[in-house]
Amino acid sequence: MSTEHHIKLPEGSIEKTTTTLNLGPTHPATHGVFQNIVELDGERIVSAEQTVGYIHRAFEKIAERRPLYQITTLTDRLNYCSSPINNMGWHMTVEKLLGLKLPKRVDYLRVIIMELARISDHLICNSVVGVDSGAFTGFLYVMQYRELIYEIYEEICGSRLTTNMGRIGGFERNFSNAAWEKLEKFMAEYPAVLKEFENLFTRNRIFMERTIGAGPISGDRALNYGFTGPNLRAAGVDYDVRVHSPYSSYEDFDFEIPVGSTGDCYDRFLVREGEMWQSMRIIEQAYRKIQDMKGADADVYHADAPEYYLPKKEDVYTKMEALIWHFKIVMGETQIPPGEVYHSVEGGNGELGFYLISDGGRNPYRLHFRRPCFIYYQAYSELTQGAMLSDAIIVMSSLNLIAGEMDA
Amino acid sequence: MAIAIKNYSRATEYNNIMALTNETIKERLIAKFADQLSHFEEPYGLLTFEAPKELNLKVLQFLFDDEELRFRFLTDLTAVHYPGGVGRELAVVYHLHNLVDNIRLRFKVFTSIGQPDVFTATQLYSSANWMERETYDFFGVNFVGHPNLKRILNVDEMDYFPMRKEYPMEDQTRVDKDDAMFGRGDLPAAASTGPVETPRAANEPRTPASGTPGEPGQKQDWPSDTTKIS
Amino acid sequence: MVMARPVRFNIHPIKADMKNNIGLADMPEGYPGEGFFATSLSNVVGLARKNSLWPMPFATSCCGIEFMATMASHYDLARFGAERLGFSPRQCDLLMVIGTIAKKMGPIVKQVYLQMAEPRWVMAVGACASSGGIFDSYSVLQGIDQVVPVDVYVPGCPPRPEAILDGFMRIQDLVGKESIRRRNGDRYKELLQSYGIQ
Repeated sequence: MSTEHHIKLPEGSIEKTTTTLNLGPTHPATHGVFQNIVELDGERIVSAEQTVGYIHRAFEKIAERRPLYQITTLTDRLNYCSSPINNMGWHMTVEKLLGLKLPKRVDYLRVIIMELARISDHLICNSVVGVDSGAFTGFLYVMQYRELIYEIYEEICGSRLTTNMGRIGGFERNFSNAAWEKLEKFMAEYPAVLKEFENLFTRNRIFMERTIGAGPISGDRALNYGFTGPNLRAAGVDYDVRVHSPYSSYEDFDFEIPVGSTGDCYDRFLVREGEMWQSMRIIEQAYRKIQDMKGADADVYHADAPEYYLPKKEDVYTKMEALIWHFKIVMGETQIPPGEVYHSVEGGNGELGFYLISDGGRNPYRLHFRRPCFIYYQAYSELTQGAMLSDAIIVMSSLNLIAGEMDA
Repeated sequence: MAIAIKNYSRATEYNNIMALTNETIKERLIAKFADQLSHFEEPYGLLTFEAPKELNLKVLQFLFDDEELRFRFLTDLTAVHYPGGVGRELAVVYHLHNLVDNIRLRFKVFTSIGQPDVFTATQLYSSANWMERETYDFFGVNFVGHPNLKRILNVDEMDYFPMRKEYPMEDQTRVDKDDAMFGRGDLPAAASTGPVETPRAANEPRTPASGTPGEPGQKQDWPSDTTKIS
Repeated sequence: MVMARPVRFNIHPIKADMKNNIGLADMPEGYPGEGFFATSLSNVVGLARKNSLWPMPFATSCCGIEFMATMASHYDLARFGAERLGFSPRQCDLLMVIGTIAKKMGPIVKQVYLQMAEPRWVMAVGACASSGGIFDSYSVLQGIDQVVPVDVYVPGCPPRPEAILDGFMRIQDLVGKESIRRRNGDRYKELLQSYGIQ
């Protein structure tokens, strides 16, 4: 891949006065594969061009060949730092298509998982901003608590990172005692850790001087570029899908949306910190609501939808109807209404949307993922215009670019 | 243009002040464009309509500028391939969002696969830049007026548009996967006779980029038999 | 919500017993004496190399996050001597390809491999790097052994950090037992020729 066609010569000159530097696709600090070809005038960036697609895995093409319940594994690998959010978003899209209503307890369980995933994602982003500015300690401290979040996922679905969690219609099993104990341990210990992590960075003079003023963007430009999520909120616009189009009973929870002002790296860091505190608040409220449920409600973990939710294996082996439903669901004989639906959730990076067109068959006719990282990476050249090279690195890590979501 | 987003954090408050409904939007659109817009539907509560492809920019501009409609956020831009619709095979789908009144909208423009030219929305929305490049990469929709319409996710040398329905998902030149084991026993033979838009046969090995970055001219030789590798 | 069988989980830690946790490394074959130990040069060089490998993490996707977990303090990779992760291939011994490699990325993996100096080892971490993983599609390279010779494959999607450490220990075995004449021999040259590397 030659870079000659990226070089822009100044008007009327026959030789270059700027240096071309190739940032990526292999990055330090394990950022993920995307490339940036920058023109440098000394230390300042004159122009930049981004190229992506180094991990294009053709999710949308693969999704046309998979039945709806097998696409969950593909959605895991979009924003893999917070895969449960992607899974739940997909399940909700299909439930919207099918017209399934879920019991409240399932919604609250989903909220707990999604907020844990959001904390996990923001922890990676903020600690990697620290690593990129030279502070490795914060990363090591918070990775311990990410390990605890992984253990909670393991108790629920068996897997740490690419979780494939839940089913269309709820969860595959109720949360075990071990899962609740680990969640309680997390709720008890994590706030102190987050406070310690904050103390390392938020009023740290070196960190503030590195990040304040690096890569600012105004609210208007951010909206025009299609920003969503913490990056948009840092620019001053309070758009959060959980509040604007509440899904999974988010309207029952009381939380705030942290909003920044200048949209630079420091604001993005603070917005993510604030969101982690709000996520803890939501988890505590959901936990209390679930503990308060009594009687039959307290054991529900899936919707009553035998046409779409696989029956229990004991029933499949002993009861006839369960066997028939199992066969129909797996072989694709269930009624999927044809139609098109767009559903979005607030992912770790913003509005993660699923545009699903179904023709009534087992596989989608067309599935498109509205991926926030892909859409806001376009703005990178504008964000780093005239900045120094080290600012460009910090901007890249503070935007939380996840290559899996960018290329899909 | 100032963005008037009020700092509410409860969706119910939005719903109470929301005076804009799908009916109002539909009436305003019909008042402006008469009968050029068609197929008004509301699948799952989202107003959807179809516009002729010459009007796509006018519709977008109208929805952007109008002080009551205020659709100033482009959520998504993608395409769908319908091989059955003759003369309307490719549909470019725009999802718009009015953030102040919290209403979404979807509209589609259809174009034929022989002449898939659609006007670009990059003048109005900077986010359409890469979304249109992705749509071009996957479906071959030519966005007229786009500043930089070239492939974005696939390799630059690719000569076909992979998301179109006639192309298979798997790479037909791979040798290490036995299609019979994957339940696709007769696929290799079928693929070589399937519709291929380039003169090169489907089962000829694709030559990768003829130069590695920094070392022009060094050709990669993909091994034809992985059993030789010790 | 009563569990069918009791589960042992980490929030009630068991008392650690020293006897369960000591592993002794055997010394290579040789002739010991008063103040000296004579063994073959291969063994000495192998022993030195294997306990101070400098890996280069070529992390692309989800497996990269598990690699970050492996580097972190819980599953510390630094215990095995891989304290210093290099990001320049010219300074590294072990290329760990972690994650999916798309066809667009293939030439870049090859380029990075060529930039490494001998002796160099390659570890394919994850199902995607080993064989394409779950992505049997037109844009994904079905395993990096299409472009570079691989020494150890670590399966998993993503492999647990313990699995990555296990793969690392297998690399250490290979490094420790490798003959110092291997890289100049004909068989190795043939191997590289089959990949188009001179």
